[in-house]
Amino acid sequence: MAISRDEVLRVARLARLELTEDEVERFTEQLSAILEAVAKVSELDLSEVEPTAHPLELVNAWAEDEPRPSISVEDALANAPDREAGFFKVPPA
Amino acid sequence: MIETVRLTAEEAMGLVERGEVSGAELHRAYLDAIAERDGELHSYLRTVEEPGGDGVPIAFKDLISTRGVETTAGSKILSGYVPVYDATVATRCKDARLTLLGKTNMDEFAMGSSTENSGFGPTRNPWDPTRVPGGSSGGSAAAVAAGLAPWALGSDTGGSVKQPASLCGVVGLRPTYGTVSRYGIVAFASSLDQIGPMTKTVRDCALLYRIVAGRDPCDTTTVGLPQPVKIPEREDLKGVRIGVPRELNEAEGIEPGVKELTERTIGLCGELGAEVGETSLPRSVEFGLPCYYLVAPAEASSNLARYDGVRYGIRVEGEGGVRAMYDRTRDAGFGDEPKRRIMLGTYALSAGYYEAYYGQAQKVRTVIADEHAAAFRDFDVLVSPTSPTVAFELGAKTSNPLAMYLSDVLTIPSNMAGLPGLSIPCGLSDGLPVGFQLIGPQFSENTLFHVGHALERAIGFDFVPGRLR
Repeated sequence: MAISRDEVLRVARLARLELTEDEVERFTEQLSAILEAVAKVSELDLSEVEPTAHPLELVNAWAEDEPRPSISVEDALANAPDREAGFFKVPPA
Repeated sequence: MIETVRLTAEEAMGLVERGEVSGAELHRAYLDAIAERDGELHSYLRTVEEPGGDGVPIAFKDLISTRGVETTAGSKILSGYVPVYDATVATRCKDARLTLLGKTNMDEFAMGSSTENSGFGPTRNPWDPTRVPGGSSGGSAAAVAAGLAPWALGSDTGGSVKQPASLCGVVGLRPTYGTVSRYGIVAFASSLDQIGPMTKTVRDCALLYRIVAGRDPCDTTTVGLPQPVKIPEREDLKGVRIGVPRELNEAEGIEPGVKELTERTIGLCGELGAEVGETSLPRSVEFGLPCYYLVAPAEASSNLARYDGVRYGIRVEGEGGVRAMYDRTRDAGFGDEPKRRIMLGTYALSAGYYEAYYGQAQKVRTVIADEHAAAFRDFDVLVSPTSPTVAFELGAKTSNPLAMYLSDVLTIPSNMAGLPGLSIPCGLSDGLPVGFQLIGPQFSENTLFHVGHALERAIGFDFVPGRLR
């Protein structure tokens, strides 16, 4: 199944990717081929099958509600490209 | 002068314990070997001068957070990122007195099968530098194969430990999902990612698994091991039932040389006393790959949303507001493969397509798990080639993503079911290593180690690449 150029642009917008013209062209072609291959999953009738989201049957892993050390504000900001007064700084919307 | 090329981790531990060599001397010897031989291979992205312990050295794939040591996951978007905490596996290695040699190269965000998708240049195969080491843990595999680390940790989502182990002639374990903590691991597809050992021998593999495995309160998807890790000794396979799934052994694209060595190794299982029989995984192989390429990109599109130029990594400044900054940073920081997978995952999860793609893939996952469970009613271990091919030439598959994806066609099905898999070298085809895959039920690592060790002894594979002997 082919994906159109408009759909590629729509998905890029959803995924917060500013693609170049060259990338739009390349991905339209490659994603069409990949989607065609993965669409194979629809060949099976699985209306009676339960989905698996996770390989282990784990339900609610509880932890004691005890305080423990966490990283400091200084550490949390240590890798920030920009910061001010203890906050991550970004350009205005 | 310590010769690292043939040294196993177990032997290195012996040297340190008997006081014949200090941990610092060992660390130095490996750094010297790296300085001498890694220019050609590029298995490391960076090395660590100070041992920081007195035990045996180890290398980490560059998606394992190491406090104070840059961690990029092979991506330019994380250039300069220095974690302020250690991943749990790093802490466990420190507690076991292991010293960190450095961080190994990888496909960006563990997306790839050749390490050519690294944002920092490819790694080359120590057996033949014109060929890839496999991926995504290609740096770890190449480092161990070339004697540039006694052992290493990699990560495996669709086959990223098993496949490079196969292509580089080393041992690689993808553990049962949930037995090794993912705390501090740069996430790709959280319901599939597992950290695994890459070593020269199966005993080394068991020793390293014993260090890193176990429940971690910081990762609520971990569980305790039902029994302690046993370092394998037995060299026979009496009483072991080995199943040969037709579809995994007759899949399209398996090279004749790979098929022949696999058949010979299956014959060896019988000679060592195992009961060998044929079995079937009717839909797991045919539908495994499409299932994986919906589930993993869907999870990746969510996990990689965090790279936005705000909290860590690079930011690309420019015109416009915060939204334009996000889009620009992500376009500049991600390479093609993460972009493709983010796009694919976003598409598969978007309104109108969710049920047909992601929802259906989750159901296929149930089918795959059920088929494996059925096979394990009659067999203890399932076997096949790890990779359909030996190491391929650099550039051979870079322009065709689907061809690259097929590298993992034999490792993906059991991964979707959360099962452990061990790859051991079983011989050379045209001078290049071939890996033999052993798959067991969840928590059957001890059985895999037993079978792997017995085969390893019987095969007598020389893990030192010919050109380094």
